[in-house]
Amino acid sequence: MDELSLYVLDITMNSVRAGATEISITLEEDAEWLTFTVSDNGCGMTQEQVKRLDDPFFTTRTTRKVGLGIPFLKMLAEMTEGYVKITSVHESVSEDHGTCTQAKFGKNHIDFIPMGDIVETVKTLIQGSPDVNFTFDHTMPDREVHLSCAELKEILGDEISLAEPEILMWIGEFLNEQYAGAE
Amino acid sequence: MKSIEELKAIKAKMADKVAVRNTTGDTRIVVGMATCGIAAGARPVLNAFVEGVTAAGLADTVAVTQTGCIGICQYEPVVEVYTKDQEKVTYVKMTPDRAKEVIEKHIKGGEVVAEYTIGAAKI
Repeated sequence: MDELSLYVLDITMNSVRAGATEISITLEEDAEWLTFTVSDNGCGMTQEQVKRLDDPFFTTRTTRKVGLGIPFLKMLAEMTEGYVKITSVHESVSEDHGTCTQAKFGKNHIDFIPMGDIVETVKTLIQGSPDVNFTFDHTMPDREVHLSCAELKEILGDEISLAEPEILMWIGEFLNEQYAGAE
Repeated sequence: MKSIEELKAIKAKMADKVAVRNTTGDTRIVVGMATCGIAAGARPVLNAFVEGVTAAGLADTVAVTQTGCIGICQYEPVVEVYTKDQEKVTYVKMTPDRAKEVIEKHIKGGEVVAEYTIGAAKI
């Protein structure tokens, strides 16, 4: 994958598949580092599952025998002097369950890759799971971008899905204008 | 600047339309969006289908949805098309341009684009 926004999409898909109803995506940038954090209230993982996350031959899916999402992320983060931290509480352990994945990247490192189209990533997530309450926050030194699906649903009511093309288009423009705004 | 007021206007405009929408859809376009699909370029393919179906005015009858890994990762981006009268058609190694062609020929015209199907792919 050649865009960081694709990693964000891939990692957030894990939260979607874990049955989360609330997923928060946070990106924080300064001159040197970019950190993204995806936290959810999905089913969570057992300690055994968390331990085996780095193992590409570990996956819970049945359609194939390898799981490369986390190993890919870890490789890229560590290549740029960053890290990946994952904490998780399985639903069998506590009612307050879910997973938090945090990845930090050195922005000035030669192996760092461009952000790519992060707005497209957010739109893709909402298109695929309009019922999930995503919150997206991107903090940069000179501006902040914010979107909350719960806030949008309050305005739109239950009748209109966030996956409606007109709504998705509005969301895309809303985010793109925030990115362009402070320039 | 996009305002919340504007979103309210869209809501008002859509209220009647959504009531008559056939959300089950006669036709379903399913795009594989697991790590394998995303790494191979599924995001722009999905986007091309969503935009293409909307532009063709077919959003009321054609549903574009996402799924996980279909199990043939070497052929990603993989897209499955379910229609009422035909068997499921599996398109492989899709691109945004191929997506436009599939909408034009298959979704609108009813002709499967055989050259992009898994049957035509070299195994």
